[in-house]
Amino acid sequence: MLETKGLTKRYGRHTVVDDLSFTCKPGEVLGFLGPNGAGKSTTMKMVTGFVAPSAGTASICGHDILTDTLAAQRRMGYLPEGAPLYAEMTPLQFLDFVADVRGLSGSKRRQRLDEVISLLHLAPVLAQSIDTLSKGFKRRVGLAQAILHDPDVLILDEPTDGLDPNQKHEVRQLIRSMSEDKLIVISTHILEEVNAVCTRAIIIADGRILVDDTPNNLTEQGDGDLDAVFRRVTQGGRVAKAEAAT
Amino acid sequence: MNMVKALFRRELQSYFATPVAYVFIVIFLMLMGAFTFYLGGFYERGQADLRAFFNFHPWLYLFLVPAIAMRLWAEERKSGTVEFLMTLPITPMQAVVGKFLAAWAFTGIALFLTFPIWITVNYLGEPDNGTILAAYIGSFLMAGGFLAIGSCLSACTRNQVIAFVLSVVVCFGFLLSGFPLVLDLFSGWAPQVLVDGVASLSFLTHFADISRGVIDLRDLVYFALVIAAFLYANTIVLNWKQAD
Repeated sequence: MLETKGLTKRYGRHTVVDDLSFTCKPGEVLGFLGPNGAGKSTTMKMVTGFVAPSAGTASICGHDILTDTLAAQRRMGYLPEGAPLYAEMTPLQFLDFVADVRGLSGSKRRQRLDEVISLLHLAPVLAQSIDTLSKGFKRRVGLAQAILHDPDVLILDEPTDGLDPNQKHEVRQLIRSMSEDKLIVISTHILEEVNAVCTRAIIIADGRILVDDTPNNLTEQGDGDLDAVFRRVTQGGRVAKAEAAT
Repeated sequence: MNMVKALFRRELQSYFATPVAYVFIVIFLMLMGAFTFYLGGFYERGQADLRAFFNFHPWLYLFLVPAIAMRLWAEERKSGTVEFLMTLPITPMQAVVGKFLAAWAFTGIALFLTFPIWITVNYLGEPDNGTILAAYIGSFLMAGGFLAIGSCLSACTRNQVIAFVLSVVVCFGFLLSGFPLVLDLFSGWAPQVLVDGVASLSFLTHFADISRGVIDLRDLVYFALVIAAFLYANTIVLNWKQAD
């Protein structure tokens, strides 16, 4: 379960995320859509406990991220935007560190490490320092880190950004294969991704939810063109806002 | 405790995965040698002690320790890994302590590698090894104090140069707080109690006490308090940045 209640972030007078409330259940793959600067990443940073909200809160599996931070963070895996990693480490050292922090030990630890390494095809680069890896490998190391402890909630900020079409396809397959028993939130501005993996789509702009529906319904509304819906919804909001201001 | 251990291991591993560790240790040892033998006149003094060696520690640390500390948090902020780190199930305090201990252990390794000078002085004469041990302990504690200050200031910025310069200035203030340069800033207007208080904060006087071979509980408590205070401030800075 992931729940946000009135989640708000203000920087000075500028409101980036405005009173965002939604609930998400296990088995759902929620696509978080919106133009650049819509507040997708900020929302994810607040949900994962990196940034403190100005108002409201979020909870993961019943653990409030503000008051019960560690318990909430234990239940989730997070891939931050751009997949930042310790460049001087090798993927193996890095995953070892994550396994330490996640409290994995003994045979379970070995099993999970083997599993994510084969799942993300990391074997050929395990002993190479991360800063010499291609963008695709870096992203996959970031994903491996997020799923290593088999979390109930997976939050992925632009998981396929910068990957080539084959890699994108693989990551999407991976997300689909994990979606049965997990709750997955991905942010993206690639609309085809929503159709490919998501069971639900939320479109936000200026920090507010504009649409919350299934990808199928959205595609139908746009007569088979999701792009058209996205444009209408996100730009329509702006037009209405401009009209209200005058 | 396990979290601190995991962070400690990761950090220390990172030092030795890059040239940073080797460059630092080589430069540290070369400067130590140069200062001791040329400026300190190790041979000319004709005494079997390491005064000429330890006298320069505060001044070397003033520049070398901020160079280690500057990357602790500023680099994480710059590369974005701080977001990964702080969303792991780790408290800010654990992260601060783990990183600090790794950096402190690293300076400890560099300090340990100065042992040839201890062998030299024992070969040449019969020094008071108790005093030398005390001075090593004092030097290590002082390095910890500088590191804690540097770590705290490193958390304030994403720019390592700014972190370095700020740390040098603050460390310099702490080093010389018993001297007119710093005291004159206060003596004109502040009550005598405050002036005395500032004067008693000097790293130099506390280090000098210990390096004479007198391990006074007050000096140990002093360094422990400086370290604890700045590490606590470090976690407060991290929490602020979180609300930012």
